[in-house]
Amino acid sequence: MTAYFVIGVLFGAVLTKGELVSWYRIEEALRFKGLYLYLVFASALAVAAPVFALLKRRRARSLTGEPIAIPPRVMGRGVRYVAGGALFGLGWGIVGACPGPLFALVGAGIGVMAVTILAAVVGTWTYGYLRPRLPH
Amino acid sequence: MMDLLHRPWPWYVTGPLVGLVAVSLLVLGNKQFGVSQNLRHLCAAFVPADLTYFKYDWRRTGLWNLVFIVGVVVGGFIGGVLLANPHPVAITAAAVASLATLGITDFSRLVPRELFNWHVLLTLKGFVMIVGGGFLIGFGTAYAGGCTSGHGITGLADLQLPSLIAVISFFAAGAAASFFLLPLLVPR
Repeated sequence: MTAYFVIGVLFGAVLTKGELVSWYRIEEALRFKGLYLYLVFASALAVAAPVFALLKRRRARSLTGEPIAIPPRVMGRGVRYVAGGALFGLGWGIVGACPGPLFALVGAGIGVMAVTILAAVVGTWTYGYLRPRLPH
Repeated sequence: MMDLLHRPWPWYVTGPLVGLVAVSLLVLGNKQFGVSQNLRHLCAAFVPADLTYFKYDWRRTGLWNLVFIVGVVVGGFIGGVLLANPHPVAITAAAVASLATLGITDFSRLVPRELFNWHVLLTLKGFVMIVGGGFLIGFGTAYAGGCTSGHGITGLADLQLPSLIAVISFFAAGAAASFFLLPLLVPR
């Protein structure tokens, strides 16, 4: 468990020092006024994708001994990815932060973001409540 | 030396490190990088309310992730307070001009002070932005089954089509919100 905490600290530092928590950087990207966020995504994927592929091809095991496997997403009718993605995107655009940065911003002293996290928990709970009635 | 520590990291340092976080979680314990799962774990831990979606062993599947997110808060303190960048964010001139049309002129911190403080919660616009926005983030990520990390990094790095659909959808909606909703919510 300590290792996950340490990786979390690293990620929190990367989010803040890399300005991924910056409202300005997010709005810059969403208004198509700069490449910064897109370059971060592209370089993150340039590192992660080949390593994921290699781990899968080698049938590698994790340090805990489990076979490494990334469960495939079920496509279904795909409604959840379009509609869920769109609703998340609307929230992302008006808050200027996605879930990871919300937590990092609380640490960075923007206390009111704790209210946004709480509202997000309520949103997730509401999804859990409505789930049987929603198209997926 | 101090200046070097406080300076923001460029994209070619930040991006690969984000990728490395996803890789290390997988190598360490076969864990999938995805922050929004924690919102579900928090519901399962505190208010499961007998709903199927929250009926699982959150300690077994999610405790590592909750520990991870506590680390993110601490990392946010290190990066955002101890090593805070003393200079205004270096967004493009085009972005500065675009945000100026919203009346945003202070670029000195991580978020605009006039939008994110406790007082704005008492205004309708501020409440919609902070609480309404948060609700949409939580509802949308749960519905989509992931956010910028789970779909944007883990799913895309694994070349999963559903994640690509989700990413295109949330970027398009994010752009729409920034162009059309944000102007309505910024205090004037």
